[in-house]
Amino acid sequence: MSADKSITDTTTLVRRSLAKRHAAEKRFRAYGIFAIVASLSFLVILLVSIISKGLPAFKATYVNLDINLSAEALGVSESPDRTELRSASYNTVIRESLRELFPEASSRREKKDLYALVSNGAEYDLFDLVIENPEIIGTTFSLWVLADDEMGSVIKNGDDLTNPENIVTRMNENQLSWAKKLQDDGRLDVRFNTAFFENGDSREPELAGIKAALIGSAFTLLITFSLSFPIAVAAAIYLEEFAPQNRWTDVVEVNINNLAAVPSIVFGLLGLAVFINYFHLPRSAPVVGGIVLSLMTLPTIIISSRAALKAVPPSIREAARGLGASDLQVVTHHVLPLAMPGILTGTIIGLAQALGETAPLLMIGMVAFIVDIPQSVTDSATVLPVQVFLWADSPERAFVEKTSAAIMVLLAFLVAMNAVAVFLRKRFERRW
Amino acid sequence: MKNTLLLAGSAVILSSVASTAMAREGISIVGSSTVYPFATVVAERFGRTTDFATPKIEATGSGGGFKLFCSGIGVDTPDITNASRRMKLSEFEQCNENGVTSIVEVLIGFDGIAFANSVEADQLDIKMADLYMALAKSVPNPDGSEELIDNPYTKWSDINPDLPAIDIEVLGPPPTSGTRDAFVELAMEGGCDTFEFIANLDKEAHKAACHTLREDGAYVEAGENDNLIVQKLEANSDAFGIFGYSFLEQNDDKVQSSIIDGHEAEFEQIASGEYGISRPLYFYVKAQHVGTVPGIAEYLAEFTDERTWGDDGYLVDKGMIPLPEDERAELAAQVASLQSLELN
Repeated sequence: MSADKSITDTTTLVRRSLAKRHAAEKRFRAYGIFAIVASLSFLVILLVSIISKGLPAFKATYVNLDINLSAEALGVSESPDRTELRSASYNTVIRESLRELFPEASSRREKKDLYALVSNGAEYDLFDLVIENPEIIGTTFSLWVLADDEMGSVIKNGDDLTNPENIVTRMNENQLSWAKKLQDDGRLDVRFNTAFFENGDSREPELAGIKAALIGSAFTLLITFSLSFPIAVAAAIYLEEFAPQNRWTDVVEVNINNLAAVPSIVFGLLGLAVFINYFHLPRSAPVVGGIVLSLMTLPTIIISSRAALKAVPPSIREAARGLGASDLQVVTHHVLPLAMPGILTGTIIGLAQALGETAPLLMIGMVAFIVDIPQSVTDSATVLPVQVFLWADSPERAFVEKTSAAIMVLLAFLVAMNAVAVFLRKRFERRW
Repeated sequence: MKNTLLLAGSAVILSSVASTAMAREGISIVGSSTVYPFATVVAERFGRTTDFATPKIEATGSGGGFKLFCSGIGVDTPDITNASRRMKLSEFEQCNENGVTSIVEVLIGFDGIAFANSVEADQLDIKMADLYMALAKSVPNPDGSEELIDNPYTKWSDINPDLPAIDIEVLGPPPTSGTRDAFVELAMEGGCDTFEFIANLDKEAHKAACHTLREDGAYVEAGENDNLIVQKLEANSDAFGIFGYSFLEQNDDKVQSSIIDGHEAEFEQIASGEYGISRPLYFYVKAQHVGTVPGIAEYLAEFTDERTWGDDGYLVDKGMIPLPEDERAELAAQVASLQSLELN
């Protein structure tokens, strides 16, 4: 009887507390959902602001000019050689064609404003064209050239030139009326900005491109991956599968864990002191950047690789040994393939960190103005996050959209890297 | 799979180390972030219109640039360093010690430093002495006695009734910035030397009195990014900002320069020297590298060409204030003959 009573007591007690416990559980779930919603909304705000700012950078405004390419205007002889063509004044030709369109610009100030409608890149385009085909000298033709960043932005944004007072721009009244006339004559066109993907950095926003930084990042990561992956995996396998448990391996293990927490700038200083000052590797080169970043990513990959190796059940090892496999065969035939998905995940996390890193690169000279596209790992190069930093710091306003566009490219690079990791992981997983 | 990766990895490393030949193709430039926007324009044009590689330019700051530049001669040291101040004697000696004995100095022009606010607000007309009173950590006692007290002013009108009755809020660069150094040396010192007893202080005390900005929140360190300061001024029309002239010029529809001692940060007035807060821009070249690293002489020629640094040159479009014409001609000749710098 007393036992029955105590059971009823417990049941009532449990029943009474039930509502409270359910409420606690609901609250806990609500916290979780709130946390997810909050972080998702921050992510959405970030992405929306970057994408809305960056999208215009993928469009470029072009102006159609009637070029009268006389040898006289170029300041060259009738049959010029290459050196003569190099020093010819292409600017004069471009300016002349602008003056022909708008003869009303007469004062020095007005002329200057007029010339500012067209990008400096027009000169370089014409230069390239003439160097390739010198026979076009003496002919008249029409040419689409890049507009300057100020007019380019106004046209790209689709601002209504009939109401110039509503437009936020540094262009003055004259320039706006000229732009309107160009637009009415069908001499303006907005196209996809191929220059952004084909050029290196430039001080003219309309000419600045991401390619040099993209290639620089790719070279740097290639070096980082090819150094850190084999070394880290070998270290992890030795420590996990072969190393005896003694004080030495303990010391090594503690140090690897500590290294993972070292601020990245320290690796940059190390790179400067050892690789540049002592081994005389070139400054600003992806090879040094890659080595420095691989030092930084090594501990991350070693730790996650060890965790992945540890997660392979001992029964696999025992079964392989039971069938007569040697220790090495156990590792290479069974443990490593099974641990590979985890190892790859760790590697990608490490490389993603390396991709976003700027601090160590500052010390080894990769925060630099690079126009030429790097051809090898020893050429001067910069990387994507550095390019973002440099553009964010430029006075010209059109660099704002470039900055956001560069961030978008950086994110796309990251997503592509992760996609490769997911693909490889799936492949290795299927083998089991 | 792993073997292939290992092989590919070691192949990349080997080839990269093997190809680290000693020769360098392009010019290597380091130095001031103030000169950076101008030097990069010249470098870019130089790379596009000649057969030489585009010079590589790192913004390391003036001091950092001299350190690298003076670390020795050879292809693993930079050929040129940009600076927003003249080379110090100690740096020159450091250079000589390390074998950099033949240095060409090029003064390229001037950079104005603007004190500005949003165009939404009224333009400020202020004396340099009042600007000093608004921003210094310790200021002369308002009762007229010759002693320094902690800055008591919270509103501009507390200093001078002609100034607006709004709280003093100035956004400017942190102490690591060259813009801040120049502002302190030119504007703050200019203002504080109008008080005779401060001007007569000994060197240390004088520097402490003139060069220390207030730390009670009226002066806000807004970071090295001048764009950020412009954006903040746009959002807050009661605030003022300190930044380079090129940022003022690029944003003249959003911010306006204040009038200081009757002159504003405007092209003609900076060029004529009437606007007091401007600093010289230099670069230094290792003459010993001319002939070893291809293109240095041609880069110098491009930089000292009239269409580059002249009154209508493309550097002026980027916000640099040019030198007077006769000085340019004289300097160009000196540079062409690689005349070495003598400091003592």
